[in-house]
Amino acid sequence: MTDAILTDTPRSVSDAQAAGRFLIIASTVLLCVWVLVPIYLLAVNTLSSPQEVSGFPKSGVPSFDFGSVQFFVSFAGVARALWNSVVVAVLTMVLSIGLGAPAGYALTRFDFPGKEAFRMLVVMTRAFPLPLLALPLAVMFIRVGLDDTALGLALVHTVLAIPFAVLITFSIFSGIPIELEEAAWTLGCNRWQAFQKVVLPLVLPGITASAVFAFTISWNEVFAAAVLTIENRTLTAFLVQNLNVSPLHLKFAGGAALVIPALIFIFAVRKYLFSMWGIANR
Amino acid sequence: MTPRFLPYALLLPATLFLLVFFLYPFVQIAVLAFSGPDGFTLQHVQTMTSHWKFGTALTNTIVLALIVVPIQLVMALSMATIVTKLRTGRSAILYIFTIPLGLSDLAAGIIWLAIFEQSGFLNSLLYGLGIIERPILFLGYQNIWVIFIAVVLAEVWRATAIVMVILVSGMGLIPKEYYEAAEVFGASPWKRFVKITLPMLRPSLQSALILRTLAAFEVFAVVIALGGTTLPVLMGETFQWQFALQDRNVASAYALVILAISVVSTLFFLRVLRVPKEARI
Amino acid sequence: MKIQSRLMLAGALAAVMTAAGTVGASAQVLFWSTQAAPIEETQAMREQVLAGFEGGVDFQPQEVGPFVTRLEAELEAGSGSIGVVGALHGELSTYADSWADLSDVDLGGIQVSEAFLELGKLGTDQQLYMPWMQANYVMAASNEALEYLPEGADINALTYDQFVEWMGVLASETGSPKFGFPAGPQGLKHRFFQGFLLPSYTGSTVTKFRSAEAETAWNKFKELWQYTNPASTNYAFMQEQLLNGDVWVAFDHVARLADAFNQRPDDFVAFPAPSGPVGRGFMPVLAGIAVPQGAPDIEQSKALVAYMMQPETQVATLKATNFFPVTDAPLPEDLPPSARALGEAITTMTSGEDALPALLPIGLGDLGGQFNQVYTDTFERVVLGNQDVRQVLDEQANTLRSLMEQAGAPCWAPDEPSEGPCPVE
Repeated sequence: MTDAILTDTPRSVSDAQAAGRFLIIASTVLLCVWVLVPIYLLAVNTLSSPQEVSGFPKSGVPSFDFGSVQFFVSFAGVARALWNSVVVAVLTMVLSIGLGAPAGYALTRFDFPGKEAFRMLVVMTRAFPLPLLALPLAVMFIRVGLDDTALGLALVHTVLAIPFAVLITFSIFSGIPIELEEAAWTLGCNRWQAFQKVVLPLVLPGITASAVFAFTISWNEVFAAAVLTIENRTLTAFLVQNLNVSPLHLKFAGGAALVIPALIFIFAVRKYLFSMWGIANR
Repeated sequence: MTPRFLPYALLLPATLFLLVFFLYPFVQIAVLAFSGPDGFTLQHVQTMTSHWKFGTALTNTIVLALIVVPIQLVMALSMATIVTKLRTGRSAILYIFTIPLGLSDLAAGIIWLAIFEQSGFLNSLLYGLGIIERPILFLGYQNIWVIFIAVVLAEVWRATAIVMVILVSGMGLIPKEYYEAAEVFGASPWKRFVKITLPMLRPSLQSALILRTLAAFEVFAVVIALGGTTLPVLMGETFQWQFALQDRNVASAYALVILAISVVSTLFFLRVLRVPKEARI
Repeated sequence: MKIQSRLMLAGALAAVMTAAGTVGASAQVLFWSTQAAPIEETQAMREQVLAGFEGGVDFQPQEVGPFVTRLEAELEAGSGSIGVVGALHGELSTYADSWADLSDVDLGGIQVSEAFLELGKLGTDQQLYMPWMQANYVMAASNEALEYLPEGADINALTYDQFVEWMGVLASETGSPKFGFPAGPQGLKHRFFQGFLLPSYTGSTVTKFRSAEAETAWNKFKELWQYTNPASTNYAFMQEQLLNGDVWVAFDHVARLADAFNQRPDDFVAFPAPSGPVGRGFMPVLAGIAVPQGAPDIEQSKALVAYMMQPETQVATLKATNFFPVTDAPLPEDLPPSARALGEAITTMTSGEDALPALLPIGLGDLGGQFNQVYTDTFERVVLGNQDVRQVLDEQANTLRSLMEQAGAPCWAPDEPSEGPCPVE
């Protein structure tokens, strides 16, 4: 494919190729617009005065009224809640990958009795509504002292994130021929070294993808956070759980307050997420 | 360690974790669906199935998933393919495509309500262009299908990125030699996509479809934001019974229905997109 | 990858350290509430109302899901962090067994409404919760809507017939329905049927649920629904639609109308709910504060309860939440516009000759939600589903009857007192 692109540098492209390029560019633009316009509208409403947010017709251009934003920034304890959210999300990331990636590898490389049972257990975890599990978990946490700790909440969020970690790493490991590992074994590597030197670089994007999921799942989760944290509220539990019943302009500002850190996080890890073209070119 | 025990050793931490933090509370909840004052009972299941909203909620949930998931699959495949074809700005475009990942469904509901509500952005646009004289009511209870479309749009917008990222990571693993060889033999781009990309992508497709379908069965916040109670879905009914009606037994029965359709759909995808033990070619 | 994993590890360590470091850091009273949840009210509660309490208060309003889950978890585990629970009468009555007796809280001569104190006993001889604040439901209209008021109609003494006529004129003159009704999932529609519509027509909430008069009432409401903005099934806080002009007239809880009056005080008027053949039915809202038996520091919790009853606190609460005092606290001159306008409408409604107060459900325990659902379901089937009124009423009456029998709840006003469970005729 790289070759195809290189060869068409001189303007000797056929009409079909030109049409193809146009199609790609057009659909790229269209898809970008599709993704960005709602985000833009969120930004518009966040940066408008309450009257504009509830008025009609809307101009679609922000008036840069920072009242709603200021309301959230001035909320006592926002900084700490932000920090708690980050801590919980990072813990969730570490836990879900630490527990999930080995399982994903085992599901790919081995056939063993109990494999299907494990897979079903993982799927059920994702398929059962968390708000119902929250009650017995909260009782358990209060009894053992995990209540109102970052670790306790991260454990619950890991329950949500682990199916992603297992299934995504499973699909990525499946895409790597075992011959690659076998070749490394014949060259004198043991199983672990072969994994580390050959497989790990290839699966990095997949691992990053599941890390991103783990992070955003934890970041956006409201219910368990509201039940299980009191002093150590996360940002969602702190700001957003009552957005539903708050005035419109604050709904939007609160929504934006949640989105921005998540976007910064994805931006920060995008290098790992999209690095596959470099390494996979083997 | 011998290879016979290696898989179990690898699974052990995750299994232990899930036993303690999922299976133990899960069993506590699940038995509620079948326990009454005198032991086993189907009373709660009956209450659920005979409630006038149960059938609608079940149908809505399944139909929504049947519409949303295929659309997302096609869109995600197109997005992933487009990205691989781009010469410049690839990482910027990919970043834009992944932005909705960072959004909670709560935020997505707020945004799309702002678009569709009576004094919302869509009406403002139509009004500004002189197409309409007064705002149209899109989300009224008489036009359930409009609410349905709005929910589909919001869900597609919100959750396609998840599918795309999984597929993009999977596509990165397909050796380029295959495409080059296919090109030598004169295979058209479409043929290359069908004969190489799709089969090689099977593990990723399977994971993406399973995860996305399970999430689709739990659709809730967006539906509530756009449709209120006009468009009942299973997850909404579960909440309603658990918290508003305070009947944990019936809520548990609803949750088990969600679980059941999720397990069935997972088995379906596992069967249809079977992945060989190692992806030998 | 190495750097990344090291970063992760560092993050994890830091997390564990913060987690260990903050446990039991403060001895504030945790105030777990379903009320004052809108984020501005929360802020006002923290800064204007609770800041003066010695020892500090951690005010945490919750949606009903997390509220119930955490509360039940603490009750089940037998210990926890919640010091004081603030919620509506119906929510508090669910956990009657779990509250500490507040009879010995020293109020220092503050007069609390007798009727409310009685409700707070939840049918026992202990003060299981202390009345905290009260509110009501009223109508609100924009000034434009008033121009279409039928001739001879007095806005402060409207009947349902006049009201429906008015909405009809409004709809046909302006070209679209202009009445708004909070029928969304977060809306308080059931209270309208229980406390306003049915009592006005039948003089009853439960007993005459399937009477001919009730049928008339539902048919009247169906008529009104023709002039109701169909987006009402999404509405929860009518102040939003009043402000953006989607509706011109609305029925709602005063706290959910307040923002309209505070943002544009000159553009809106508040007025009583209409009256029916039997009278002007209305239903108050009562929020109370209770202390769980397993609270970390019961004495401190009780001190907070006493603090909440002080005249200054009650007035500050009014300003923060638009809920009115339950005590004899004198109201100051400088009330916000919402409290003035809405307060007047409430007074007109509750003190008129035809006033017909409906009490909050008593003795339903944890069946309160299902009791409300009977009315919501009836509404959804009759009005939205367009099902036959007679048949729906008959079917829902069966559900209602079995609920009453299950709870063993005797009738409450406006229904006649009953021996044993309240009958559904």
